Amino acid sequence: MVGIPAFIHIFLIWLPTLGSILLSFTSWNGIGGLGRIKFVGLTNYQVLFGGIYPPFYPALAHNLIWLAVFLLIATPIGMLLAVLLDREIRGSRIYQSIIYMPVVLSLAVVGFIWELQYAPDQGFLNNVLGTTTSSGHLIDWLGNPDINLWAVLVAASWRHVGYVMVLYLAGLKSVDPTLREAASIDGANARQTFFRVIFPILAPINVVVLVVTVIESLRAFDIVYIINKGLNGLELLSVLVTNNILGEASRVGFGSAIAVILLLISIGPIIFYLARTLGEDAR
Amino acid sequence: MALPETPGSPIEESGSRTVSRRTVLKGIAGVAGLASVPALLAACSSAATPSPAASSAPSAAAPSAAAPSAAAGSAATGSTTFGSSLSDAVPKKAMQDVIDAFTAKTGIAVTVNTVEHGKFQDTISAYLQGTPDDVFTWFAGYRMRFFAAQGLAGDISDVWSTIGSHFSSAFKGASTGDDGKQYFVPIYNYPWVVIYRKSLFAKQGYQIPKTIDDFTTLAKKMQSDGLVPLAFGDKDGWPAMGTFDILNMRLNGYDYHVSLMAGKNKWTDPQVKAVYQRWATLLPYHQEAALGRTWQDAAQSMISNKAGMYFLGTFAGQQATDPATHDDLDFFPFPLFGTQYDSENAIDAPIDGFMMAAKPKNPDAAKALLAFIGTPGAESIYLTSDPNDVAAATDADTSKYNAFQLSSAKIIGASNKIAQFLDRDTRPDFAGPNGMQGFIQKFLSDPTQDLDAYLKGIQAFYDSLPAQ
Repeated sequence: MVGIPAFIHIFLIWLPTLGSILLSFTSWNGIGGLGRIKFVGLTNYQVLFGGIYPPFYPALAHNLIWLAVFLLIATPIGMLLAVLLDREIRGSRIYQSIIYMPVVLSLAVVGFIWELQYAPDQGFLNNVLGTTTSSGHLIDWLGNPDINLWAVLVAASWRHVGYVMVLYLAGLKSVDPTLREAASIDGANARQTFFRVIFPILAPINVVVLVVTVIESLRAFDIVYIINKGLNGLELLSVLVTNNILGEASRVGFGSAIAVILLLISIGPIIFYLARTLGEDAR
Repeated sequence: MALPETPGSPIEESGSRTVSRRTVLKGIAGVAGLASVPALLAACSSAATPSPAASSAPSAAAPSAAAPSAAAGSAATGSTTFGSSLSDAVPKKAMQDVIDAFTAKTGIAVTVNTVEHGKFQDTISAYLQGTPDDVFTWFAGYRMRFFAAQGLAGDISDVWSTIGSHFSSAFKGASTGDDGKQYFVPIYNYPWVVIYRKSLFAKQGYQIPKTIDDFTTLAKKMQSDGLVPLAFGDKDGWPAMGTFDILNMRLNGYDYHVSLMAGKNKWTDPQVKAVYQRWATLLPYHQEAALGRTWQDAAQSMISNKAGMYFLGTFAGQQATDPATHDDLDFFPFPLFGTQYDSENAIDAPIDGFMMAAKPKNPDAAKALLAFIGTPGAESIYLTSDPNDVAAATDADTSKYNAFQLSSAKIIGASNKIAQFLDRDTRPDFAGPNGMQGFIQKFLSDPTQDLDAYLKGIQAFYDSLPAQ
């Protein structure tokens, strides 16, 4: 019986993946039959890494920055909120709901909401800060390539924090209260209790959060596509793949090469996760 | 409304919405309410995309007594299909009026499939290779010729033998493929011009600038009056291409533009550098923070008298929803630079129109439809509902034109050289977001950068594209 899911998996995931890898060594404009595909060897990769294709290195850097911000800023904030809300303060249900709300929205909608906040002339932020007057200089939140990535990361983190918070809350709820009692009887303060007792128990949740964070960072696409189609400081690998393959440019081979690079980046965390889960099974 | 080729931002409720974990969040009343937020937001989005496809035509109205004007001489019957990218309300209705008139005249039923225009353009090659409609909307210029050369469009030279008399040689040229056959029927075009409000100019005593010196003098005066001289928005990557085009044609001439777009001239030429240098001197008069502003917002700046002028296609007029305001808009051609190319009066005036699929299911009916669209009568029907453009036919009825259209027609008539626009005159993989859109934005975010290195980058990118 295991054959059917395996077959579906291979057919729908691994065959297309291999297809992309093969296509990445070709040049094809998507028009005409397979006979029109021209084998060009490593040319696509040479163009990418040779700096001839300007958005590539920025996109690579932005994907990594995205990952770093999610891992080092958004995730700890989510965790902190979870710990605070776990203390059964008054109205914690309301806080939970408010913080979790953005997660219910698709990233495209998140992008759209924040676009309204950041708009140069009519945006909420510039009007509140009083930076729309003709004498003062506008802050071009989404148009200035030096700051727009950070502006978008605020928006993306706004959603990610809620996601992480909920995952940790679920984990914290499952921690046996007697452990805390034992720790406090042994004279541990709140901080020690958390870092020495609670956090190690949350190990499985940590892995889930890590994987979710990596996946969310690598598949980030919709938010920048909504904001400016991933141009001008918001380049991401996923957008470059889309622009090359689905857009009018129709550079199927070249887009596949970018997709292969994205695959190589993704495969690291995937192997790490699989090794852990399979290792646990073996134990 | 003639929309330039830009995908808007299609707000689609993607399926990536996380399922709320009720086990964790018992009884969040807000979630249910939130689910309707995307729909609400999409409704007030400037680029909300209604895509109700397939508005079917009246099924086979009684054939009228008038003989159908079949193109190839054979009387066309049956039905045909039409793929339309005219997804905005005004042009959509205008197109439906034309189709209804055609059905009433010939008895041929037409099924219209409307797709959001950005999506239509992005998926065009897959669409043409799949099961395309018999007739579809497209643009004149390089991209039309490209599809014709790839064998994805049908030869309609015989249609031109019936409709040819309605069009000038320039329009016929713009409809002709590399092999000298016709593949395209134009319906309207619209010029790229400097748009302004008459009331503001009258109140401040501003004069229409004829030369670039007058223009900069006027711009300085506007700045001292507390106005932004030129509204500017390039968030979508393509509007600034119009500015590049016009400066290039003013300084280097129309033929240079065509050769540059075709890759015959190099981006590293001193002529191109001169365009960018000239542009940099004009940027202080442009609205700042352009890369974060859509063309719609820039047009609003001009309409609300924050900015004095706006250089864009006349579709900017769609932003003036109040008829009185729309009547207050007027425009003039981009000023002249005192070069030998002044006499060309070159402008960008992109032509929109229709093509036929390579293998239409009902070629006779498809050609009858194209022959009908290529008549002044049909174009007038369209422009009655969408009065932002001007008819392509030379003998179209201009008596119903509003002031806006009359100005357009006059400016186009006075131009001896008409270009299609950067991204219609060159290959799409070069013009798109990965290419020129990104390069122009890079220039605008730092106009003082080393232009030689910058232009070398453009040429290297062009050279890296596969041969076509």
